[in-house]
Amino acid sequence: MTAVRTAASRIWWYVRELTGETAYERYVAHVRKDHPDAPVQSRREFERERTDRQAADPRQGFRCC
Amino acid sequence: MSTAVTGQSRNKTRSIVVWTIVALVGAAGWTMLALSRGEEVSAAWMVAAAAGSYAIGYRFYSKFIAYKVLKADKTRATPAERLDNGIDFQPTDRRVLFGHHFAAISGAGPLVGPVLAAQMGYLPGTIWIIAGVIFAGAVQDMVVLFFSTRRNGRSLGQMAREEIGPLGGAAALLAVFAIMIILLAVLALVVVNALAESPWGTFSIGMTIPIALFMGFYLRVIRPGRIAEVSLIGVALLLLALVAGRWVAKSSWAEAFTLSKESLVIWLVVYAFIASVLPVWMLLAPRDYLSTFMKLGTIALLFIGVVVAAPMLKMDAVTDFATQGTGPVFAGSLFPFVFITIACGALSGFHSLISSGTTPKMVEKETQVRMIGYGSMLLESSVAIMAMIAACVLDPGLYFGMNSAPVVLGETVQDWVGTIQSWGFTITEDQMVAYAKSVEEASLWGRTGGAPTFAIGVAEIFSTVTSDGLKAFWYHFAIMFEALFILTALDAGTRVGRFMLQDTLGNVYKPLKRVSWWPGLIVSSAIVTGLWGYFLWVGVRDPLGGINQLFPLFGISNQLLGAVALTVCTTLLIKSGRLKWAWVTGVPLVWVATVTLTASWQKVFSDDPRVGFFAQGDKAQAAIDSGTLEGKALTDAETIVTNTTVDGVLSALFAILVVVVIADAARVCIKSVRNPASVVSHEEPYTESKYIAPAQLFATKEEKAELQAAGLGSGGGRIDGAGDRSEVGS
Repeated sequence: MTAVRTAASRIWWYVRELTGETAYERYVAHVRKDHPDAPVQSRREFERERTDRQAADPRQGFRCC
Repeated sequence: MSTAVTGQSRNKTRSIVVWTIVALVGAAGWTMLALSRGEEVSAAWMVAAAAGSYAIGYRFYSKFIAYKVLKADKTRATPAERLDNGIDFQPTDRRVLFGHHFAAISGAGPLVGPVLAAQMGYLPGTIWIIAGVIFAGAVQDMVVLFFSTRRNGRSLGQMAREEIGPLGGAAALLAVFAIMIILLAVLALVVVNALAESPWGTFSIGMTIPIALFMGFYLRVIRPGRIAEVSLIGVALLLLALVAGRWVAKSSWAEAFTLSKESLVIWLVVYAFIASVLPVWMLLAPRDYLSTFMKLGTIALLFIGVVVAAPMLKMDAVTDFATQGTGPVFAGSLFPFVFITIACGALSGFHSLISSGTTPKMVEKETQVRMIGYGSMLLESSVAIMAMIAACVLDPGLYFGMNSAPVVLGETVQDWVGTIQSWGFTITEDQMVAYAKSVEEASLWGRTGGAPTFAIGVAEIFSTVTSDGLKAFWYHFAIMFEALFILTALDAGTRVGRFMLQDTLGNVYKPLKRVSWWPGLIVSSAIVTGLWGYFLWVGVRDPLGGINQLFPLFGISNQLLGAVALTVCTTLLIKSGRLKWAWVTGVPLVWVATVTLTASWQKVFSDDPRVGFFAQGDKAQAAIDSGTLEGKALTDAETIVTNTTVDGVLSALFAILVVVVIADAARVCIKSVRNPASVVSHEEPYTESKYIAPAQLFATKEEKAELQAAGLGSGGGRIDGAGDRSEVGS
């Protein structure tokens, strides 16, 4: 049972990392650590900026043939 | 001391035994594939040959390149570590980055090329896919990734300009743009040929638009950033749309979703234009999540399916078309055209754009370029092997009935059957009808483009594992899988093309550079969609059959980009004083340049109207001049003259571009060999790394000890501990 749970949690971890769902958590950790006094964006603002950046330079999310 | 030594020698013995077994498995696979004459061979042998060769290539050759040639240094900080800004530069777990990189490089290419190349039998294509990836394709991906990582993630174009010069740089940029246009046209043509007259397919693909819009809205407004959960919802809706497609196809709505090729072209061009000017969050981003999920899921299913079902290969190892060059799928002899037709999966120039774009900014350790660059490409190559298997498990008669250009087959169904039988394959009219019925399609004759053939092969394999009743479902599942990421590519590719156009035209008229300036956005988007839309329209209306005209052009352009990337790599090796290792990328460069230039030469100068574009045009022009043509035959001939001129000029242009890049690079290389002191390095200076992470998928004993001493999980992290993100340490 614990083996199943470990496997499931690993898969879930991988899916969240791969899709970029954890980007916000990483951003928060980054700001807290390197710029402790800087304000932290809300998740909504952060995600908006993230997709806007992709619009500004579409080469970032480019897919191949 | 002595126990350590015996332990080491025991490990060494075990390693020798293991690798001998791997080599024997691979060798057995190759022997079975090569020696079978006349009898069917199990696809399991193809899998064995591929897996054995990949394992050996990875274990020995990629290791040699990483440590001997590139001298990847784990003590050197990568840009991800040095410039970590939590946005584009950030150290990313190697396993996650592997997934990212693979999802970015893999697309429809490796599914189409091998299917077309199967007309020459399974052996020539398979040899090229496997040998090509080990010695050229994976090498290119890895070396570009390495050099870009050493240069803060510079793009291929920037590296070409910096390392070779403005002329070579400009030629490389122009090549990338031209290739992008041809790529988009070919991909769109594959979708058009797969969805034409197929209400089931058209409905389910059409439904991906509202599904993606819903996901985009969900992520923007309802629960920002919850990508994993919304992707799961999206995939569930997608499967529902797939099932619903069948109901629609059987209902009175069917007519509304039964579209001709011409109307599909218009729909696609309009769709891609609108999609590319909409904000990214609305359609592109959510669609990308969907297609990534579908891609990885389906590829995993395909591996399981092939291994469990172990189907028999019904195609001959080498058909007569390989030697005669008279193939009905694409014309031309084995050399150079097999190597042109199979680009992705063996060597794909496009990958160098990914290897020098997003990925190098996220690599934790230089030593990981081996796993991420070389490893991902091996996986992509195995997808191409799966496509080859899918095409070759079909009855050859069915394969040729689906993939032959209509002009080759004749006017009526009786002609078609007769032509295929004259090649020595058995097929009857009733059999073709039965095949079409089993996947609930109107007809399978002349369904060129590769996707329908791949989908039938997949349906064949999956339905032996599940049940025969699901064959139609699996067919449309495979079509949906392929069409989904082609649509994503159309949107993303149009955006990249537009970006390049805006960037270049912006030098002439400043406001164009601003991506938020609407008039500029709309005009440049319209130009890009117009350009590939033109080739798509031409491809659909081409009297000689579109895919056999356009696909060689795509292959040539993709390999050309590969030649540019390999030229940059070879130049960098020479400039950094590694002349003796320059063959590592130099030999693949010579090979791919020979292939591309020979193919371009034949496409431009061949007297055979089936091969040479201008010979084809002259033949049609002669027919027009003779005055015997009228009505449709006359307009067809006029179309042929225009198309062949455009295609011929493009082939020549591609060849000239690659010659310019190589010549300019040769000048730089000779200069740097003669006068090493003149070389200016653009490499970032050495900074010591404060980051620990394993190089391979699994950590070695030493790496584990190192991680443990630093208190880090299996994902690694900064030595000060703050970078540890690995919740599931092992």
